[in-house]
Amino acid sequence: MSAVEPIWIARDLPKCSGCRLCEVACSLHHEGRIWPEASRVRVFMRVPGAEFPHLCTQCHDYPCVKSCPVGALSVDKRTSAVIVDRDSCNSCGACIQACPGRVPFLHPGDKKATICDLCGGDPQCVKVCTEGGWNVLRVVEREESHSYKLYARRPDEITMDLVTIIFGEHGERMAR
Amino acid sequence: MRGYAGKFAEVDLSCGEVKETVFGEETLKQYLGGRGLAAKLLWDRLGEIWERVDPLGPENILTIFAGPLTGYYPGSKMCISGKSPLTLGIVGSTVAGEHAVDMRCAGFDGLIIKGRAEKPVYLLVTDDGVEIRDASHVWGKGRVETYRILLREALQLLEGRSPGSREWREPSILHIGPAAEKMSRVTAVQTKWAHGAGYGGYGAVMGSKNLKAVLFKGLGPLPEAWDMGRAREIIWRILRICFRSDSMRRWGTGAAGYDVGSRLSSEPVRNWQDEWHDERSFGVDRFEERVWVKRYWGDFGCPSTCLKLSVVRAGPYKGAVCDNPDYENQAYLGTNLGVFTPEENVYLCSLMEELGFCGIQVGNTLGFAAELYQRGILTKEDLGFELRWGDVKGFERLMKMMAEREGIGDILAEGTYRAALKLGKLKGLDLTRYAVTEKGMGIGAHGIRSKLDYVEAVSYPCSVQGGDHTSPAMRDIRKGDSELTVILHDSGVYCWFNIMKDEALDLIWELIQAVTGWQITADTWYKEMALRILAIQRAALLVGGPDITWKPIKDDDLPARWYEPLPSGPYKGRASDKKELEEDRRRYFEDVGWDERGIPKSSTLKCLGLEAVDKKLRSFLGNQ
Repeated sequence: MSAVEPIWIARDLPKCSGCRLCEVACSLHHEGRIWPEASRVRVFMRVPGAEFPHLCTQCHDYPCVKSCPVGALSVDKRTSAVIVDRDSCNSCGACIQACPGRVPFLHPGDKKATICDLCGGDPQCVKVCTEGGWNVLRVVEREESHSYKLYARRPDEITMDLVTIIFGEHGERMAR
Repeated sequence: MRGYAGKFAEVDLSCGEVKETVFGEETLKQYLGGRGLAAKLLWDRLGEIWERVDPLGPENILTIFAGPLTGYYPGSKMCISGKSPLTLGIVGSTVAGEHAVDMRCAGFDGLIIKGRAEKPVYLLVTDDGVEIRDASHVWGKGRVETYRILLREALQLLEGRSPGSREWREPSILHIGPAAEKMSRVTAVQTKWAHGAGYGGYGAVMGSKNLKAVLFKGLGPLPEAWDMGRAREIIWRILRICFRSDSMRRWGTGAAGYDVGSRLSSEPVRNWQDEWHDERSFGVDRFEERVWVKRYWGDFGCPSTCLKLSVVRAGPYKGAVCDNPDYENQAYLGTNLGVFTPEENVYLCSLMEELGFCGIQVGNTLGFAAELYQRGILTKEDLGFELRWGDVKGFERLMKMMAEREGIGDILAEGTYRAALKLGKLKGLDLTRYAVTEKGMGIGAHGIRSKLDYVEAVSYPCSVQGGDHTSPAMRDIRKGDSELTVILHDSGVYCWFNIMKDEALDLIWELIQAVTGWQITADTWYKEMALRILAIQRAALLVGGPDITWKPIKDDDLPARWYEPLPSGPYKGRASDKKELEEDRRRYFEDVGWDERGIPKSSTLKCLGLEAVDKKLRSFLGNQ
């Protein structure tokens, strides 16, 4: 097996159907159960029709890792994913606050910080999205860049942009 | 017990009391959930006094049930039931969305809602239980505002309760519109902006209980499966079967718009006076190019994503938003009203959803009113304006009058059949001949005169859900789209668009076993379980009341309209044949263990363990 290269999940948000099979695949992989609220990729739907998958973008400067007071977060050198040491995590939520997209969350089971780990290089969410033909999520080669951080935005902000694409000028009225 | 959260929340809105109800394993095994369990519960609680229960009174019970396969079978739905204000029987009405999964993740398999709140309320269902909250501020509001206001409120509340733990995802919302608040019988229980549980008229039941909405947010996993490894494998097999359903995925049921009208000649045109049209603008391509802004739209776990999102971006109907429209809404708020342009059709759908109507029911009633106008039975004086085929402004006005119960809208808000009775009395005419309904319910948009569509002569007259095209009786009771099979899907509860291929249906028994551990085979289902649920639903329908009682045989007939020959098109001259219906009906009744009048036989009921149903039927129908 060849060594895993650093990867990134590119996304085409307006194409998201809102089917949430990415959540089903993610939770089956990580939890062995269907558990939407424990899924590392989470589909937001502030406005019906403007659904989109929300997941860690692996910012170049990893503010979440820096914010952790107990050093529970680290970066996987092979994949570039943020790895959580669940034994060290003290559930303080600093990583959630530090993240420009508020992507991490406290796991509803053990209350530990939970972040996409890129499934070790073979993301299950991408698999199902591609196999289903929606192609919203795609694995791309990751290069050194500041621009990844641009994708780490809060769900409300993303929604505002999406509703304009989808509903035109009426969109913002629906999302306010 | 696996596959179930294990408890149901029972809410009495009259006194604000919430308690938990548990069903024994044997009951769950016999009735699964959703439609089956709702029938069982409703009959147990209200069966003895069924004829006196007012569907819009506090004594009615509204059930909001998931099933053991909800969330497991790809494509989740919720089944809503109660005594139906339209049929006066029990209708299992399903609606897709995330709500059922959110509810199960919060630890509930369903809600049982009784009584009537003094003031408008909504329910918030979370892992902590069910809260009854004030809804005065959203009473009277349409879908967009209701969704927006309640969503923000709930998100703030959840964030306040556990600050900093997560970016909260939306609770799922079931809600009703202004027309349902005024208890119009042709209303739906809605979700998002463009989905509804329409058949049955349960929007009006929520309205009668002063219940504006139910919000669900659960943080837990789906209830544990008996064999998750096996379940996972079957889920993937089903997903891959569905991924191949290309036509359904690409165009949804809207693809049928032109096809059913022109090729199968079974689409309602001008209140079913015709079932044929050659209007090419109703081809799916025009919708796709002109109004679709989203080509694949689906709900939780759905591999088909057959919904499409439509927005009118310019012109007089700018800003109108709805889904697809699906085939039913293209038909009932399009061809049935003589409306043949996508933008006008989307506008009427958008308005229908904003006001909280069911597209099929309100379209059926509007078409009925327009035919009465065409025939000079309803006049400009009756309506206050003219109502011509294709006149969108006229239909818009009438729909708003129905929502407000203003003028003649008050009578029409009762639905086509009841309006036909009332207006008939006023005019001294038999108007039921223009009402294309079955047991008080507007019939789905699939005619039978050309004999080319999937429904058969017995489909509507023998369905225990009235004119429900998603639950048609079939000569072959084991057929994939027969009512007995649909009862399985509606009790399961999942979307039957994802199980239309036989290979998917074959997997269902294995998935039931993997999730619940119970061995239910096709034989146990068709020979016992489905017949039990069917018999209860039939009994409730036959007892009916309090305003209408259906007469066996006489009311198990096709609408008068369908005995009139098709006036145009390639199948001009074809009509329904009474002899054929009688023969098919006789055979159907025999196959499901009912007597020649369609009354479940004592021997059948006793075999199924339904002695109480038997007793009631004998005493109620004995003298008729």
